[in-house]
Amino acid sequence: MPTTSPTTRATEPSALYPIRSDEDVIRFRHEARAAALAAGLRLIDQTKLVTAASELARNALVHGGGGQAEILPAASPGRTGVRLIVEDDGPGIGDIVQALTDGYTVGGGMGLGLPGTRRLVDVFELWSELGVGTCVTVEKWAS
Amino acid sequence: MARPPANGHRDEPLGAAVLAAEPVADPGRQLLARLLRERRGQVLQAWVQRQLANGAYRSGRVSEAEVRSESTVLLAAMQAAMARGGGSGVAEDAELAALLGSMSADRARQGYTPSETAVAVFSLKDALVAVLDEAYADDLAVLADAVRAMNAIVDGMGLQTFEAYTAGREAVLKSQQLSLLELSTPVVKLWDGIVAVPLIGTLDSGRSQTVMENLLQAIVDTGSQIAIIDITGVPMVDTLVAQHLLKTAAATRLMGADCIISGIRPQIAQTMVHLGVELGTVVTKATLADAFKVALRRVGADLSAVAGR
Amino acid sequence: MDRIPILKLGDSLLVTIQVDITDRLAGRLQDDLMERIVATGARGVVIDISALDLVDSFMGRMLAGIADMSRILDAETVVVGMRPVVAITLVELGLTLPGVRTALSLEQGMATLDRVLAAARTGGDSGDADDLTDNPGN
Repeated sequence: MPTTSPTTRATEPSALYPIRSDEDVIRFRHEARAAALAAGLRLIDQTKLVTAASELARNALVHGGGGQAEILPAASPGRTGVRLIVEDDGPGIGDIVQALTDGYTVGGGMGLGLPGTRRLVDVFELWSELGVGTCVTVEKWAS
Repeated sequence: MARPPANGHRDEPLGAAVLAAEPVADPGRQLLARLLRERRGQVLQAWVQRQLANGAYRSGRVSEAEVRSESTVLLAAMQAAMARGGGSGVAEDAELAALLGSMSADRARQGYTPSETAVAVFSLKDALVAVLDEAYADDLAVLADAVRAMNAIVDGMGLQTFEAYTAGREAVLKSQQLSLLELSTPVVKLWDGIVAVPLIGTLDSGRSQTVMENLLQAIVDTGSQIAIIDITGVPMVDTLVAQHLLKTAAATRLMGADCIISGIRPQIAQTMVHLGVELGTVVTKATLADAFKVALRRVGADLSAVAGR
Repeated sequence: MDRIPILKLGDSLLVTIQVDITDRLAGRLQDDLMERIVATGARGVVIDISALDLVDSFMGRMLAGIADMSRILDAETVVVGMRPVVAITLVELGLTLPGVRTALSLEQGMATLDRVLAAARTGGDSGDADDLTDNPGN
């Protein structure tokens, strides 16, 4: 998997990060923070994005058996911001509707906390297939 | 890695620009283009003279050299835009429009009215007609075409400066509005350990966010135990506003302080019930005074060593 | 940092979280803390999170876990210094940190612990005596 050095990061439109350990999750968080800062997001929006990044990366690690994450510029037309794609080759989500319904809260320690994560961001796309894996894409825009 | 099946939507560049169409094969426009190519200096001179002469440029504000240099650039941009063609009018060509926009902004800064700026652009028509007349006097049909093309283009240019002006004014208004919002939601320290934010007017989503952030920061800065949100001055509370209030209250408690919402009028109470808004454990009081009394008692109880109430 | 330092503060223990927490660090902290509570007979635990610019569900679970474990060992916990942006995000996330008492500052946190422990001593309500909503005067 290609690694990006700090000197080339600024010029590359996207960067790929393995999610195989706690340290990887932490590193991804830091990179997401840097991207959010660079995109001009306000502090509250940075915090929401980085928290979402942490949630999604942890899900990939804990439930998905590890995966990878990508940081890109926002893709929505007319918007500045950050796009994150977190994916894994894990078991996939059986009941997506249920997973996206409140009640599967994060606080209880059960479930993926997706409804909560979804509230933190401006764009939330979920793809999952049993036995194949899961891919979550989110975007947070600078207001 | 698991990715959704390629249906293209993730890989397509969003908002791909539409390629410019072939230049319109309009005889009038072609003639105009040729005139500008062959007699640019003459057109420029005529235009500059008219701008200086029509009294739109009061002496001292803009020098002849500035007018000349600006007009030179504009003419060149106009020619380039005409050559590029494109589906929409020449005046909407990105580069020309940008140039007209900055001309408009510059003139506004120098104290000219948007009309004066537009008139300066329109005076190009006189200049062009004069030169066209001289150059193509023998072919009236062709001349008519050229004038028609010119009208369409220069009218568009003048209008563009006006559009840019209004857009600029709107931007100023918006930023002023934002500053006003900040000023109109001040957080007030009522007592040691008690802060209040009296909300006035309508609460839209953006403003609610700002209020929430300001209040929470004030709580941290002052170390206040109680925050009172007074909505006496808020005429309408819908589900969104109610949600924001509840979120603010929840965030306050998460941080370790407490929140009282005061100023709930009977109509608002009714609306909230009808909307199914559940205040849960958030304390509410009819008036700011009542809320203050409760808060004082609460803060007073802290000062003594007595546990509980 | 290998483990998070635990300081003694009067009758209480103070933990200041300043680095990113991994699974390993969280587990170590909980082990160390429980050991220290028993060893020192501490009745209170203060967790200072003022250095954290974000709290996710993992951290939330850790804090709740510490509160629960401490209570079993007869110690009360208070989390202090939550930043506004963190609070707003947690609310949005739907994370309520049940069973976790909070205070704005270290000073207020200590005062809260004093109050709660005093109440417990006099046999009164050892839960959230601070809770406005429980105040019958309203």
